[in-house]
Amino acid sequence: MALAAIELNRVSFFYDNHPILTDVCMTVAERDFLAIIGPNGSGKTTLLKIVLGILKPGQGSVKVFGKTPSEAAGMLGYVPQDTGLNKDFPISVLDVALMGRLGHSGRGRRYTAEDREFARTALEKAGMWGYRDRLIGKLSGGQRQRVLIARALSAEPAILLMDEPTASVDAQFQTHLYDLLKELNSTITIIVVSHDMSVLSGYINSVACLNQTLFYHDGGEITDEMLHSAYQCPVDLIAHGGVPHRVLRKHDHEDS
Amino acid sequence: MIEVFHSEFMRNALLAGLLTSVACGIIGTLIVVNRIVFISGGIAHAAYGGIGLAFFLKIPPLAGAAGFALVIAMIMSGVTLNNKQRADTVVGVLWAVGMAMGIILIDLTSGYSVDLMSYLFGSILAVPRSDLFLMVLVDIGVLILVAAFYNGFLAMSFDEEFAKAMGVRVGVLYYILLGMIALSVIMLIRIVGLILVIALFTIPPFIAEKFCRSLKAMMVVSVFLNCLFSLVGLWFSYTLNLTSGATIIMVAATFFFASVIYERSRKYFMASSKSS
Repeated sequence: MALAAIELNRVSFFYDNHPILTDVCMTVAERDFLAIIGPNGSGKTTLLKIVLGILKPGQGSVKVFGKTPSEAAGMLGYVPQDTGLNKDFPISVLDVALMGRLGHSGRGRRYTAEDREFARTALEKAGMWGYRDRLIGKLSGGQRQRVLIARALSAEPAILLMDEPTASVDAQFQTHLYDLLKELNSTITIIVVSHDMSVLSGYINSVACLNQTLFYHDGGEITDEMLHSAYQCPVDLIAHGGVPHRVLRKHDHEDS
Repeated sequence: MIEVFHSEFMRNALLAGLLTSVACGIIGTLIVVNRIVFISGGIAHAAYGGIGLAFFLKIPPLAGAAGFALVIAMIMSGVTLNNKQRADTVVGVLWAVGMAMGIILIDLTSGYSVDLMSYLFGSILAVPRSDLFLMVLVDIGVLILVAAFYNGFLAMSFDEEFAKAMGVRVGVLYYILLGMIALSVIMLIRIVGLILVIALFTIPPFIAEKFCRSLKAMMVVSVFLNCLFSLVGLWFSYTLNLTSGATIIMVAATFFFASVIYERSRKYFMASSKSS
């Protein structure tokens, strides 16, 4: 059996004794395209940060291709939400994209011509190469988001984790991005955290619904049972393609 | 103003000002972009405990202060590493405890009347040669460490979580940074004293940040501004017979307010030229 890309075993996480994640078990196969959906505060971002090794789980274990997250640093690409960035920071677009190469370099190593080449390719894919000398603070929210995507791509990751990657980009780039992800997905594993279920349906091949614990489902279908168990209420699902507006009916569902 | 520097004490003062500017500009830049000004203030003030301890144990005061400041810096690193924002109470307590300890230890040191003011507000005109040597060492140490880990420091300062996800040893870098802050503080005690240290750390990077396009440029400009402030401050202090540390700070503050006013008016005129 092939090694799973990501394996979470009974992971729990607490913030000030308040449980954020409880007993999350999840196995993500290589070259999976997984969407994690769930309401605000359901722990989606926390889950990503645990996989990335930014946060340590309170209980349970995390394996990335059989290694700990910090050992697997060079294999991971990460697109965080834009909100936490210091916009006064004096740094150019190119220098931000180069940071994606840090997982491949030893501590203190200088960037090589190869690193610059990867950063360039990534910026071109995100349509930001023309802005490489701009300061990050002089960009619009959508442009900055693209730079963060380029930064993740320049890592040439085996697993790409994205937290609301389309939150501030326009519809055109959004389609472009998902097509790009689809193409990347032939070689790498992708996990997207998103509210944007509408667009996702056409691209993903599995969905996990998170609300403190995980309701994991194989297959790209988002079913109303899944949504209900995660959100605890009926959710409007605006589907992509054939059915423009599908509103889920309210159903009787006893939670166990 | 050249003849001012013919006397040895003025030459040493000048050299001390220039030497400290190097470490101060580089470390100050990292303090400002990492938003750890308060933590740095805590280390600076707590270092006073080290001076008290040194007098009590009858060891050289700067050596005592350096050792003590390093210990305090490591404690603060451990306390603040994972929550820089919420650890401010602990920092505030260490800040005050360090100072109180220093005062009590000096009280307990019998027969010693220490000139406290020179440690609190600096005495750049009394810098001995041996201190200049120490300053060179700190400068070299800071230059080597920051150059070696530049990409890591840059990533940590810009986006700590991403840096962590890329396997950058953020924790180790943070300890190194606070350690360098501690040593720079000790070096600056001679120049402006530990109460005014924070101004020299923060004012130059604040001005530099407005027109610099990289962290490296911000460091270089901050070093240059620090040199300028020390030189001009020293000159005013000599000609007007004012306390040197405070004069240097006032020169820096003048530039600080000028830069704020310049920035405000530039924005104002840009806005009004757009609307007309």
